Amino acid sequence: MKHAITVTVNGVTHQHEVEPRLLLVHYLREVLGLTGTHIGCDTTSCGACTILFNGLTAKSCNLLAVQANGATILTVEGLAQDGRLHPIQEAFWEEHGLQCGFCTPGMMISALQILARNPDPSEAEIRHGLDGNLCRCTGYQHIVNSVQNAARRLKAEAVPAIPVAATAQSAGGKGGR
Amino acid sequence: MAVTKLFGAKVKRREDPRLIAGKATYTDDVKLTGLLHAAIVRSPHAHARIVGVDVSAARQTPGVVAVFTGADLVGKVGPLPCAWLIPNSDLKTPPHPAIATDRVRYVGDAVAVVVAQDRYSARDGADRVKVEYEPLPVVTGAEEAAQPTAPLLHDQVPQNVAFRWKVTGGDTASAFSQADAVITQRFVNQRLIPNPMETRGAVADFSPNTGELTLWVTSQNPHIHRVILSGVLGVPEHHLRVISPEVGGGFGSKIFVYPDEAIVAFCSKELGRPVKWVEDRRENYLVTAHGRDHTTDVELAVRRDGTLLGLRGRTYANLGAYLSTAAPGVPTILHGLMLSGAYTLPAVDYEVVGVLTNTAPVDAYRGAGRPEATFIIERLMDLAAQELGIDPLEIRRRNFIRKEQFPHTVVTGITYDSGDYEQAMDMALRMLDYPAWRERQRRGPTDGKLIGIGACTYVEICGLGPSPVAGAVGFQGGLWGSAVIRVHPTGKVNVFIGEKPHGQGEETTFAQVVSDELGVPIDDVQVIYGDTAITPMGWGTYGSRTTPVGAAACVVASRKIIEKGRKIAAHMLEAPERDIQFENGRFFVEGAPARAKTFQEVTLQAYLAWNLPAGMEPGLEASAFYDPPNFTYPFGTHLCTVEVDTETGRVEITNYIAVDDCGRAINPLIVDGQVHGGITQGMAQALFEAAVYDEQGQLVTGTMMDYAVPKASQVPLYVTARTETPSPHHPLGVKGVGETGTIASTAAVVNAVVDALRPLGIRHLDMPLTGNRVWDAIRQARTKTQGVKP
Repeated sequence: MKHAITVTVNGVTHQHEVEPRLLLVHYLREVLGLTGTHIGCDTTSCGACTILFNGLTAKSCNLLAVQANGATILTVEGLAQDGRLHPIQEAFWEEHGLQCGFCTPGMMISALQILARNPDPSEAEIRHGLDGNLCRCTGYQHIVNSVQNAARRLKAEAVPAIPVAATAQSAGGKGGR
Repeated sequence: MAVTKLFGAKVKRREDPRLIAGKATYTDDVKLTGLLHAAIVRSPHAHARIVGVDVSAARQTPGVVAVFTGADLVGKVGPLPCAWLIPNSDLKTPPHPAIATDRVRYVGDAVAVVVAQDRYSARDGADRVKVEYEPLPVVTGAEEAAQPTAPLLHDQVPQNVAFRWKVTGGDTASAFSQADAVITQRFVNQRLIPNPMETRGAVADFSPNTGELTLWVTSQNPHIHRVILSGVLGVPEHHLRVISPEVGGGFGSKIFVYPDEAIVAFCSKELGRPVKWVEDRRENYLVTAHGRDHTTDVELAVRRDGTLLGLRGRTYANLGAYLSTAAPGVPTILHGLMLSGAYTLPAVDYEVVGVLTNTAPVDAYRGAGRPEATFIIERLMDLAAQELGIDPLEIRRRNFIRKEQFPHTVVTGITYDSGDYEQAMDMALRMLDYPAWRERQRRGPTDGKLIGIGACTYVEICGLGPSPVAGAVGFQGGLWGSAVIRVHPTGKVNVFIGEKPHGQGEETTFAQVVSDELGVPIDDVQVIYGDTAITPMGWGTYGSRTTPVGAAACVVASRKIIEKGRKIAAHMLEAPERDIQFENGRFFVEGAPARAKTFQEVTLQAYLAWNLPAGMEPGLEASAFYDPPNFTYPFGTHLCTVEVDTETGRVEITNYIAVDDCGRAINPLIVDGQVHGGITQGMAQALFEAAVYDEQGQLVTGTMMDYAVPKASQVPLYVTARTETPSPHHPLGVKGVGETGTIASTAAVVNAVVDALRPLGIRHLDMPLTGNRVWDAIRQARTKTQGVKP
């Protein structure tokens, strides 16, 4: 039996009938075609599938699509606004914070949560905050530099780390805590 | 001569805009109309006879379209070949069927495939395939498997020994008879799992009408996939298009041609519809080739003053259940030939025994044979220093090949191109302030923490390599690089390369090189790769070869473009060709720089062809197939300091300094990224990672919860620096840098930890040096030396 869900992703509200066992990450990737959210493991260890779920990071491989009914979600595709890259994207580009790019969408989303909680994190705080996201290419150093770079950019531009659209007040859903 | 503008510049990567936007297309992102999904049924037994496979329930599962077993593939899908047939080794290559028919030989061996409308239904169907097994005795360790009483995996391979290979040079017997001391040690280079963040996958689309097969596959070398799969599938090469789209890391594990890729292609051929298979992480751990897994007994003969005299030993290399594509070459050619490291070593006598076991196939993983060799010689240098009472850096210095000795042929027969090992070492020692750290160490532990200092002064062979050498060592392919440069009428440039970058950034660095050579803005250059239908034949990305051979091909092709442009410019300017100079994108008459044509004007004329020199063909493109005269040999010194907590055994890296020499660096930011990532993987072998099988051949470390890929908080800050000793045979003076970090860091970290534990009488510990293992060693050492009960 399929269930009707209503989900707002990157500012667009979608309504679909989904199987109860459909993983949220498959809903995003295969139903909505948002393939920027990746799948790197099956144990919530790698963080490649990290999204913002009602303003908080969540691993979308470990949520069901039905749990997202009523939720507001931000994926990597929603970071750039009006053709302008988000400061976190600019920072990863400038600091060579990515190589193969597979972990990058999840890594950037987790970085946003670090910066939302602490606009001026230390190196150790950044590393601790990224522990839910694995990268096999970079050795993390350029990623840490990227988060520091993004912190400077956000401060200079005086904008919140997490786009306002990702934290809608009417947020529902049962996942992501 | 073009003015160098971008060589050496920190150009932001041109790959990144699509990656940071989430708009890149990885294999799992490929969508086709009518796409079906495959799930592969895998053996839960490490060794068993297949009594029967019942697919009837699977076939009736909602959504399931087809189920195939090994019997269905017979006569349609050939065995997967091994493509590195090392000479003088009595190599045996037992057949490797894509789907097992009568016997499974490791946990994960394929026994059936289920194709369904979506991936959930495919998994439902796979769960309903009933396989009856008759378990057989299991052997997982290489040394055990080579015993006469061990269970036999393949009838064609007596005692499971796939090969015995030797490297000898000099007079080892005399070296050992003259020695003042002989250092003896057993080293275990444990098995590792490569862990690219993207697992493997494939999408096959066969057209029954045309006989053409398009295969998207996570490959580091789409042309190798094409040539091998053409034979396996019986699809002629010109009808087989292999596209390797965005690839999320490989580290060697995506070089090889795997059963799954052939199975997916078979399914598409049978069904006439596109079929996708994407590995989950659990499968990746079970079936994607592992790395390392050497056990080595070795002796080093030295004189009292530290002079190396000779090395002899034997390595048992665990190859897993079948020979993977390059498996025999990794523990032999890429390992044994590098055993003398950065030193003058007069004699070597070393045997490698390649053994088949009931485990996942083992093949190249970042560094591939060279980290194992470096670990052996660099640990031996520390052990010799300790034995002889010489500082570990000093004993290295005494034995270094000196800079005036290059090019230098070492005892194993290969010729290092260039080096200045002391310069790199001195830079690293200054950066650390080595004497101050030794003094700090002498003052003794603080807070119960022992201080250790470790070094690794490595050299590696990379930039694979000259094709005649590839042939001589049994590699079943060439090893040149290729580039086609197509200049368009407006002066914009596409560069098609035969290599397949997957994170290393050559889309940027090669554009820097071509932009410099042609004198055009970098934004006018785009580098294209990964599709056999549009790129020239090439051998792919591995062995830190892409930049050494591929950038050279770009240079040679660019210079052909300029040569033709010079002829056209001479004709347009009505000047003798010998008087035409090219600089900064302009062709001009020597001595009269105002008489000039821009690169774009010349390009347009090449295509309009209204006024070309007599007999000249229109158009402006050139190709180059660059076969290097030698490998490149980057080198350097890595130094690290550690603190070992004697109460918990926990190791903390407090400094990590990497001085590397990869010749001239095209893009320092990208070089740093390669070095950081490389160090992290080698450091992870030293401290965290190990793939462990139990006695039944079950992979105990079968998920990311059990296998310790390092996290950000577990990795130290790296301080990098470079010396620059150009490769004398490369047109740009560059060497490879993709694997240096991995090759250097394992020994540097282990040397530091053992150095810290030396006051307790500990002389060696096997990796990984987890808190538990170090704590155990400390406890045992204290019991022994102080008679204290643990």
